[in-house]
Amino acid sequence: MIDTSAIIAAMQAEQDEASANEHGINAEEWDRLITRLRRNPNLVELGIYSVMWSEHCSYKSSRRHLSKFPTKNAHVIQGPGENAGVIDIGDGQAAIFKMESHNHPSYIEPYQGAATGVGGILRDVFTMGARPIALVNALRFGDPSHPKTRSLVAGVVAGIGGYGNCVGVPTVAGETEFHKGYNGNILVNAMAVGLADQDKIFYARGATPGNPIFYVGSKTGRDGIHGATMASAEFSEGDEDNRPTVQVGDPFTEKLLIEACLELMATDAIQAIQDMGAAGLTSSSVEMADKGGIGVEMDLDKVPQRETGMTAYEIMLSESQERMLMVLKPGKEALAKQIFDKYDLDAEVIGMTTDTGHMVLKQFGEVVCDIPVPPLAEDAPNYDRPWVEPTPRAPLDLSQFDEPDDYGEVLLKLMSCPDMASKRWIWEQYDRHVMGDTVDSSQSMGNAAIVRIHGTHKALAITSDCTPRYVAADPYEGGKQVVAEAYRNLSAVGARPIAITDNLNFGNPERPEVMGQIVKAIEGMAEACGTLDFPVVSGNVSLYNETDGVGIPPTPVVGGVGLIEDLDKVATLKGAQPGDALILIGETKGHLGASLYAREILGLDGEDAGPPPPVDLATEKRNADFVRELIERGLVNAVHDVSDGGVACAAAEMALASGRGLLLDLDSAFVIHKEHESIGYRAKNALFGEDQHRILLAVSPHKAEEILALANAAGVQISDVLGTGNITVERELSFFDVNSEIRIVNVPLSRLRKAHEGWLPTYMSKVD
Amino acid sequence: MKTAVIVFPGSNCDRDAQVALRQATGKAPAMVWHKDGELPSDTDLVMVPGGFSYGDYLRCGAMAAYSPVIAQLKAHAERGGYVLGVCNGFQILCETGLLPGALMRNTGLNFVCRPQRLTIETTNSAFTRAYPSGGEVSFPIAHHDGNYVAEGTVLDQLEGNGRVAFRYIDNPNGSARNIAGIVSDNGRVLGMMPHPERAIGGHEGGADGLGLFDSLMAAA
Repeated sequence: MIDTSAIIAAMQAEQDEASANEHGINAEEWDRLITRLRRNPNLVELGIYSVMWSEHCSYKSSRRHLSKFPTKNAHVIQGPGENAGVIDIGDGQAAIFKMESHNHPSYIEPYQGAATGVGGILRDVFTMGARPIALVNALRFGDPSHPKTRSLVAGVVAGIGGYGNCVGVPTVAGETEFHKGYNGNILVNAMAVGLADQDKIFYARGATPGNPIFYVGSKTGRDGIHGATMASAEFSEGDEDNRPTVQVGDPFTEKLLIEACLELMATDAIQAIQDMGAAGLTSSSVEMADKGGIGVEMDLDKVPQRETGMTAYEIMLSESQERMLMVLKPGKEALAKQIFDKYDLDAEVIGMTTDTGHMVLKQFGEVVCDIPVPPLAEDAPNYDRPWVEPTPRAPLDLSQFDEPDDYGEVLLKLMSCPDMASKRWIWEQYDRHVMGDTVDSSQSMGNAAIVRIHGTHKALAITSDCTPRYVAADPYEGGKQVVAEAYRNLSAVGARPIAITDNLNFGNPERPEVMGQIVKAIEGMAEACGTLDFPVVSGNVSLYNETDGVGIPPTPVVGGVGLIEDLDKVATLKGAQPGDALILIGETKGHLGASLYAREILGLDGEDAGPPPPVDLATEKRNADFVRELIERGLVNAVHDVSDGGVACAAAEMALASGRGLLLDLDSAFVIHKEHESIGYRAKNALFGEDQHRILLAVSPHKAEEILALANAAGVQISDVLGTGNITVERELSFFDVNSEIRIVNVPLSRLRKAHEGWLPTYMSKVD
Repeated sequence: MKTAVIVFPGSNCDRDAQVALRQATGKAPAMVWHKDGELPSDTDLVMVPGGFSYGDYLRCGAMAAYSPVIAQLKAHAERGGYVLGVCNGFQILCETGLLPGALMRNTGLNFVCRPQRLTIETTNSAFTRAYPSGGEVSFPIAHHDGNYVAEGTVLDQLEGNGRVAFRYIDNPNGSARNIAGIVSDNGRVLGMMPHPERAIGGHEGGADGLGLFDSLMAAA
């Protein structure tokens, strides 16, 4: 028998500041709490405050800075503040998307941590009425030589695949990088994109008093209690003992939940809906109450429970997966229950909305919580953390480094370094084709994935981007670059970029230098979003990514979404044909600061590596828009944006994707500032420099003149269209420039492919 | 041709099957929910789609073999009706005994999704007649448990009776004798791990699966 009176006594016991401190509530916040509440909280109430005021739920360190993001353009239907962002994609349809981190759980228990990250982001999207149509993930692991890295990669990849593959949503794109800065704190950022009709979008807001609160999905267990608090704390060695706070995912139930929710959403039964993610029943009910300006009263005995003897505290803080909370319209309970019965899911009315503005909870007939809602959400702490301006880096001084002996070897080394090497071993574990609308995925090493809008000839382009070494070198310029690259990648497949979601991963915001990175990166991103008309519509902030006092490299990841109006007008890396002319859009100055070359070849990683390539947003927009126009006019066969590893690596990827060789004349290829004083023209700058706003094209020779004329009219800098080079039948990459050190470099395609494809499978098959 | 697709709660290629069958036949297939157990009486072809039938936390397809709808599926097969089981559908057909053998975990232990080259081993079946004999096709694969196993005598029988429909080129999962798909004794039940319904044109999967649906249309 359960001693209910003992449970009630424990729940109602008055808590003090010491207890609050154990819950992660500091002295300042304790004062705030008792001022708002006008008394000490009991245990349930304290638990609720602690999760709602955690960094993860309250964004208390970042909120005031996030407000700098542009969040609107002509396409935005819903910006930040709901479960996910919503954009208009025409024909009465909307794309709904968001990216979210599951960093800490994935480090502690990689399979379940990553799996439940996918599950959570899917719920954010279908909560709003969208059928999920694509998944993307951005992963960052520690140094490959770190003893934990291999098992973390294996576990995270298996977890992402295990969840997405079972639910039946294709994983179409992603990025994976390695750096020692993530040794003790990996990043697992997952993005979901869904499709909905504009007249069937559901929000957390809109609930009115007097309506039933409906709980659906899995039963509530003791798993994941205080996950949100964990996600807001720094790690230290031995934190693997936190494993019970990592939730366990059940993708089969998620699949049922998707189908059941979408079936119910097709009726007119739901007033407001919120998934139970971090902080579970607490945050979902608080969000709906707060956004509706109402109160809630719930009887926790009615919550479906997996275990006996659960306390109100445990029920409210559980992060059991695959659960949803909704406020139904009056009289719709039977209809809703019938639909959830069909899918064998639990579904119970557990309470009512009220007009009190309070959250009232009962267990065993006793009130165990009665607190006002606003202090938990809108009126939560909002800090202006002290921050310091990042120190600008001195330019990279290349004079002390010799030109490489063999440029071909450099190319092979870059193409096989952990960040550039093919991630085939990863994406072959993801079902990329389920739902039958994947036009282009990771399979092509493409700029962005292309996913057809079901039943139409339109498509969404999706990409995720971040270059942490740029952000570390200069948070403001690096922040601009993150957004600019997403814009370029979407444009490079022929899509009109519409909006982004962001996932801001940083260290401890209580450290002024980390806060400086956060502030400046946000400001750089915001400037790019504004100039490119590419607003932020949803996002997530993950702070305290540190282990034993060492923060991760600043990693603000963005997920970009663009619209393709006509699937006949797209481009990928794959389409290059023998005899095609190669053209480079944009100016090559040979910037090697903070480049992959500097890190992998010169061994410079940090201050010495110099500043990142500057981003001129007007040029970025002009060049990307120009390439999109070329694609729309059907003038190009293959397109690839130039990023990590410069034009040599971009050309190498284009050659690998098409299975053709290529010949590139560096001298005529580039608009190069050969006499640039600070750099001086050297072949390595031309080959591996990472100047922004550049895009490599393969075009039929007879279209080259038209492209040149269009470029001139648009004011776009373009290489010599007939002298740059061409795609060859010989399966070999040849770079030549008789005027520089390079003369001629030949790399057989087979050798390049082996180097590029070989690294990850070889690494993963090693036994420690 | 009248078609139906069985929808288990964890099926996730049911829509892909629906799209492919509608494209092939010009008519929407009946979508049969697993609890209903009723196939339309004049159904010519039943497709058992890919996915994770009941979560497949046990051996893949093991629970589905006891689903209410299976009795009807068996009766349909016994009447000489056509059955196409793809991926999880193949696993289910093996678990129900409609086809011999079983699908075990891939020898590489990982889920594998890639374009997979196959040889057409027999054109003497309702599913492969439209392909050139000895031809080669590429279908997407996407599975964790596609390693086909059976007793040596069963494999000999399958080969001897021309019941191996598709074989892998570069075996992705360790399947015995590179077997990717087999047909029943009467040639009317096909189970295969690769996805022909994801190769019907218009996307990354290519269009090599059209031959399979064309073959079926000609057979009906």
